[in-house]
Amino acid sequence: MKKAKKIIIITAFVLLTFVLLWLAQRLVMPKYQKGIIEGSMIEEYYRDEAPHEVLFIGDCELYENVSTVELYEKYGISSYIRGSAQQLTWQSYFLLEDTLRYETPKVVVFNVLALKYNEPQSESYNRMSIDGMRWSSAKWENIKASMTEEESMADYLFPILRYHSRWSELKADDFKYMFKKDLVTTNGYYMRVDVKSEMDFPPAPALTDYTLGDNSMSYLKKMADLCEAKGIKLVLVKAPILYPYWYEEWDEQIVAFAQERGIDYINYIPLRDEIGLDMTQDTYDGGLHLNLAGAEKFADYMGAYLVEAADLTDYRQDAKVNALWEEKIEFYNNLRDAQLKELQEYGELRSWGMNAIED
Amino acid sequence: MLFTDYSFILFVAVVLLLYYIVPRKMQWPLLLVASYYFYYCDDWRYLIFITVTSVATWSCALIMDKIGGKGDAYLKAHKADMSKEERKAYKAQVKHKKNMVLLLSLLITIGILAVTKYTNFVINNINNFLKAGNGIRAMDIIVPTAISFYTFQAASYLIDVSRGTIKAEKNFFKMALFVSFFPQLVQGPISRFGDLSQTLYSEHKFELNGFGRGLIRIFWGYFKKLVIADRIMIAIKPMITMTDKYYGTYVFIAMLFYALELYCDFTGGIDITIGISECMGIKLKENFILPYFSKNVKEYWNRWHITMGTWFTDYIFYPLSVSPKMLKLSKWSRAHLGEKIGKRVTVYLSCFLVWLATGVWHGAAWNFVVWGLANYVVIMVSQELEPLYAKFHNKFHLKNTKGYAVFEICRTIFIMSCIRLFDCYRNVPLTFKMIASMFTKANLKVYTDGSLMQLGLTSADYTVLFIGFLIVLGVGIYKAQTKKDIRTELMKNVPLFCFVCVILIVSIVVLGAYGVGFDSTQFIYNQF
Amino acid sequence: MEELLEILKELHADVDYDTCETLVDDRIIDSFDIISIVAEVDDRLDVAIPAEEIIPENFNSAKALWALIERLEND
Repeated sequence: MKKAKKIIIITAFVLLTFVLLWLAQRLVMPKYQKGIIEGSMIEEYYRDEAPHEVLFIGDCELYENVSTVELYEKYGISSYIRGSAQQLTWQSYFLLEDTLRYETPKVVVFNVLALKYNEPQSESYNRMSIDGMRWSSAKWENIKASMTEEESMADYLFPILRYHSRWSELKADDFKYMFKKDLVTTNGYYMRVDVKSEMDFPPAPALTDYTLGDNSMSYLKKMADLCEAKGIKLVLVKAPILYPYWYEEWDEQIVAFAQERGIDYINYIPLRDEIGLDMTQDTYDGGLHLNLAGAEKFADYMGAYLVEAADLTDYRQDAKVNALWEEKIEFYNNLRDAQLKELQEYGELRSWGMNAIED
Repeated sequence: MLFTDYSFILFVAVVLLLYYIVPRKMQWPLLLVASYYFYYCDDWRYLIFITVTSVATWSCALIMDKIGGKGDAYLKAHKADMSKEERKAYKAQVKHKKNMVLLLSLLITIGILAVTKYTNFVINNINNFLKAGNGIRAMDIIVPTAISFYTFQAASYLIDVSRGTIKAEKNFFKMALFVSFFPQLVQGPISRFGDLSQTLYSEHKFELNGFGRGLIRIFWGYFKKLVIADRIMIAIKPMITMTDKYYGTYVFIAMLFYALELYCDFTGGIDITIGISECMGIKLKENFILPYFSKNVKEYWNRWHITMGTWFTDYIFYPLSVSPKMLKLSKWSRAHLGEKIGKRVTVYLSCFLVWLATGVWHGAAWNFVVWGLANYVVIMVSQELEPLYAKFHNKFHLKNTKGYAVFEICRTIFIMSCIRLFDCYRNVPLTFKMIASMFTKANLKVYTDGSLMQLGLTSADYTVLFIGFLIVLGVGIYKAQTKKDIRTELMKNVPLFCFVCVILIVSIVVLGAYGVGFDSTQFIYNQF
Repeated sequence: MEELLEILKELHADVDYDTCETLVDDRIIDSFDIISIVAEVDDRLDVAIPAEEIIPENFNSAKALWALIERLEND
């Protein structure tokens, strides 16, 4: 055989290998469309065409507690929550860096609960938070900062190395959502309409050391620096949730930090009555997260502050952006209706949350 | 670095790329740098050990060469004026000098091996013997990776130089590369300088065919290692550690699983080693020739881990058995014990010592000593049974039937696998107990009542294992039946060759038992 | 040569030592046989074959083996 022909054949097969591996990778990566949907949240941001003047970065205390639609309908605020499960401080920081590649919001809201974690925590949460990011130095640095001991960069560069063993448990959804996924949030907000009253949490155990970790605090500083450099107003919040505990001692450190840097910090825990939260009705899982009713009340309350604190555009007046938001509102309402219907039918949600199993 | 580390694959890719980019004169120096880097990645302290061994090997070999050369020159110059006896005496003198240097060099190289690998074994045994709970403290000694392999390589070189079969290498760096050549540092093979030096230092032009041959061999090795060996290991682990639960039939299952695991892991590793070398145009000796198709244990040892077997034969068994003392013993025993028994004495004795050494070489534990001696016993018993077999075959004409061949193969596999259980269980008494339970406490229900699914493997895993096993078996049968090299045949058809490569790569990546996800596939969802 | 053939015949009567040139390569004689040969040669011919001479080339045929013995005798 002629050498040229040989080389052409070999090149073709090399390409074929890459295509096959790429397809296999798409197939075995978890789709996070049902049940555990947190893994889909980060990547959905890139699909959103609306501009965002308020960016929320943080964990479930933001993405389950703040209704972005309510913020829009009531104040005309176009916002996005870049949050994921147990999102660590540096992950929030690198998501901010990542977001700045596309747009510069006027306000960044960070939920401070994550500061209690000073080290990488869990491989699966890391994956859910990071896999959805587009490649950039922010993602690379995020991985380096987040990896637990068992992980390696190669697993992120080629996710098939991480997920290949799922080949034997593939479901129909893995094929269906191989290339395109459905939206699972409205601008990062994860909706739940069911109700389960707040329980009595046991008293908070005493800690030996109340100092917030150096590592997480250093990323908070970096966040403040970056916002300052970009002319963004950084707002620190603590969502009005009692558990996991938010210690007085921690709060003092944040207050001090905010004062030193001239940043707003609002702890919403003492403001629950003012917000109007009725924790027998406004939470879906015994007080860990708010349900839709709670998230709308919280958004109402926080929105009033946001329009006060920053010069935000009322996008309801902007026909183009408004059209985009109309779609979101429709999605939001449909989702709410579907959940309510199921709730009425079964007394619980079956297609969302813990009960949902992928097809 | 292990073969299955991502970093190893990256490392090899970079080395291969550089190997064909640098000027060809720099190819072997590059390999030396790469090998030392490879070693450095494990632990920088290992570099001290391997360098000491290399320096000792290099310098002592040169000294021996010099002594030999001087001796030869003297003999040549005085050819006329020396009687035969004088010549003999002079030669013996030279040899003695050489042997002293050889002894010194072996003391250094094998001494390092002995101290690092066996000190704690000896200490533990002394403590056990004295029954002292806190007798001598075990020492914190590092055991450099692959020290058994490279020490044996160095020793073979030293002995060959002292015998005059090869010339000593003058260039220290070449010597250092021979000792440290990185693909061999993981699992061998144990090369001889005479073989390896022919291609290790020469300049290699990139050749598509040779490169492809090497590459497919690497893939095949990874396939066996990752898809089969590492997967089946998951089921073996509980069986050999939780012995209260897994006895009887489980021992039999563990035995067969381990036979497959070890074969795929070891030959897979050797395939990767030889494949990488082939990609660089370097030829290594084969270490396995379808060992599981052997008809008896002796043949098995001619086909399994060959480079180790020939090392022990050439450097221990022969020198020991033909040494003047042994020959004297042979004469004496034949005179006093009769021809029949007397003849056997030396063979039995040398063979015993060789297997003892083989066992100890495998690991610093009684398990390996017993393992080596078990091999010895089986080989000797079958040697003694040979006349009986001959009688049997005279009576029943089964010898050349296919059925009998299959029986012999299965028998050999069973015996070898059984002996290998010493490698699995914690200690020697436990191994004997477990082997006994295989015969006395068999519970055949294990096969049908779903117990096999409790070992950590799913039915999907068993399917992969079964298909993988069939592929390995098929390739083996093809090789045994046609006597053809499967790669040469594949190379004749380029698209087919590429296709097989693609299949191998994709199955390794998708089906391989590696990575974070392998045994923790389930995401644990906490409500946060 | 006669005596050597006798030694070899005692080991394996069914081998044609005049023509066979792959005694070691084809595993007709194994390591046990080789040391028996060395012991017999030492005993009957009074020639000591040192370990370094035990290589396939020297043991593959009766002829090669005889050449080795002659060489060692004259050395």
